[in-house]
Amino acid sequence: MSEEKYLLEVEHLKQYFPIKEGFRTVPLKAVDDISFAIKPGETLGLVGESGCGKTTVGRTLLRLYQPTAGRIVFDGDVLFDSEKKIDVNMHPYRKQMQMVFQDPYSSLDPRMTVEDIIGEPLDVHKLYSSKGERRDKILSLMETVGLNAEHAMRYAHEFSGGQRQRIGIARALAVNPKFIVCDEPVSALDVSIQAQVVNMFEELQEKLGVAYLFIAHDLLVVHHISDRIAVMYLGHIMEIADADDLNNNPVHPYTLSLLSAVPIPDPNIARKSQRIILEGDVPSPLKMPSGCPFRTRCRYATEQCAKEMPPLTDRGNRHFVACWNK
Amino acid sequence: MENTEMKKSLLSAQVDLSKFSSANFEKATDEEKRQQDVMGESTTFFKDGMRRLRKNPLAMGSIVVLALIILIIIIAPHIVPYSYDQIISVNGVRDKGSANLGFFMYSDRELQYMRETGEDLFPHIFGTDSLGRDYFIRVIYGTRVSLSVGIIAAIMVVLIGIIYGSIAGYFGGKVDLIMMRIVDIIYSLPDMLIIILISVVLKENLAGKLAGTVFSKLGANMISMFIVFGLLYWVSMARLIRGQILTIKNNEYVLAARCIGTSNGKILRKHILPNCLSVIIITTALQIPSAIFTESYLAFLGLGVSEPLSSLGSLANDARAGMQSYPARLVIPALIICLIVLALNLLGDGLRDAFDTKLD
Repeated sequence: MSEEKYLLEVEHLKQYFPIKEGFRTVPLKAVDDISFAIKPGETLGLVGESGCGKTTVGRTLLRLYQPTAGRIVFDGDVLFDSEKKIDVNMHPYRKQMQMVFQDPYSSLDPRMTVEDIIGEPLDVHKLYSSKGERRDKILSLMETVGLNAEHAMRYAHEFSGGQRQRIGIARALAVNPKFIVCDEPVSALDVSIQAQVVNMFEELQEKLGVAYLFIAHDLLVVHHISDRIAVMYLGHIMEIADADDLNNNPVHPYTLSLLSAVPIPDPNIARKSQRIILEGDVPSPLKMPSGCPFRTRCRYATEQCAKEMPPLTDRGNRHFVACWNK
Repeated sequence: MENTEMKKSLLSAQVDLSKFSSANFEKATDEEKRQQDVMGESTTFFKDGMRRLRKNPLAMGSIVVLALIILIIIIAPHIVPYSYDQIISVNGVRDKGSANLGFFMYSDRELQYMRETGEDLFPHIFGTDSLGRDYFIRVIYGTRVSLSVGIIAAIMVVLIGIIYGSIAGYFGGKVDLIMMRIVDIIYSLPDMLIIILISVVLKENLAGKLAGTVFSKLGANMISMFIVFGLLYWVSMARLIRGQILTIKNNEYVLAARCIGTSNGKILRKHILPNCLSVIIITTALQIPSAIFTESYLAFLGLGVSEPLSSLGSLANDARAGMQSYPARLVIPALIICLIVLALNLLGDGLRDAFDTKLD
């Protein structure tokens, strides 16, 4: 795409899950042909409704699922290429790509102490030479994410949601990764804690230079933290642009409706603003509409939309939109 | 700074800091800071569970009952001078009048012997059976056999069940499909028929080889029972463990472990199995009584330990003939079975409550 070096490149990634319907097996197209790239130290926000495949993208990138097709390049190394049949052993890359999970309650093993949870990646990748070094590393990680080092021997259930999410972040940071998939890391937290955690993500990025794929459904949070934002709908990327650009000049009708749904804190302005309400429901990913997946709910839909999926085209200033309408 | 002149509301309770200088404040010492920490002592998972278990009177009562029973069956044979297969004899002569004695009764010959020598004979606490053997020591040996059959069978069942079930549950897909179909097939085999068949075959083949070993006392029936436990009875355990693992492996912490790069074996051992520990503990505790039951009713059908060794079930079976005249001989082994089974069930419940942190 450009001469700049990307940390992570994803091309035409597809992730289908086989669903049994009676005797037939139907593919559920959770992620259908998406491409994006992330530079070192950059944050790409990924937004979309529930069930549009955001989480699947994150998990497929880390190869927690076996991708159906596509190509994943990380730091110059091809991790997966369905055409050239490249499928590397992920173990060495687990040190460089990590994940922070959505639910801070189920993502920590209730039978383990904080020390063991954070120490697990150190154990797996043998990142210490003595017990003392292991402990020092764990304590310094806990300090990095703002946890009290005295709590190392406690169990996860003794902590609050925000603290648990910090434990999860410390676990992801333990291997010193270059890239972290943040899978709705703040959705399960309440608003005041969300701000703390989001700010911590930003501070860590400044300090450690990690790149994020920040998955969320809250546009305000995503806009705050991201350099670029991608909008997903039913497994497709509809629009991808720089954060401010997307916020100020949204092009795709779906992005417009999403932005109009963002609550406005000032009631006087809120009363004047027009909320674009989408009609109908999200179609089932098992019965995708022909052509553009959004056409069934789009007020600008034309005949062409039913025939062909619009390609992502550059509308200038690295603002890509997948829509037939100009 | 312009806004130092900010107007203070009359109702505001905010302290006006401008009236104070740093001299008015004193830095907290480290000790004072420590006082602010509200910290409970952190404990390990096991200690925590034991602390909760100790608070449960039913479970503690069960432990006491079980400990007493085990103590008695270990010590009693060293104190009681009779043996389970020995017909009461006085002065080396078989005492034919010693059959069917009541509690703490002596036969005529024994009374005569005691009168003549002035020596006290050990009392027959539960009397004697129809062949004139001391019933107390037979019950003790019966409990020994039943309890050890229960424990050994339960350990076998649990071990095989855990290994099989966790592999099927964790790897899922085709592996699971094939392994569970095998389980279905085993499930459909008639266990009683197989016990009888195996014991017949073993009797023919093993009789010579076993002579003189510990196994010869237990008899081919017992060994075939263990084999059948190992072959057939683990299936329900395997199903249970598989079901548990299917739910636990969907937790995000398992995904997180895979994301870290933890190997499958380690995920199973460190994350999944400890989290089904509560189920494993309670089913083990419940498996022991069910094995005791199976043994008892097999013995009742005449497929249990070979004579003269007794088990609680075979004692009850022998007592059946004289049920009208000597009901105590049926009641005693039945009561002990009840006591052991009840205590193990209550203990299992208590263990589950204590070790399942997700319940509180």
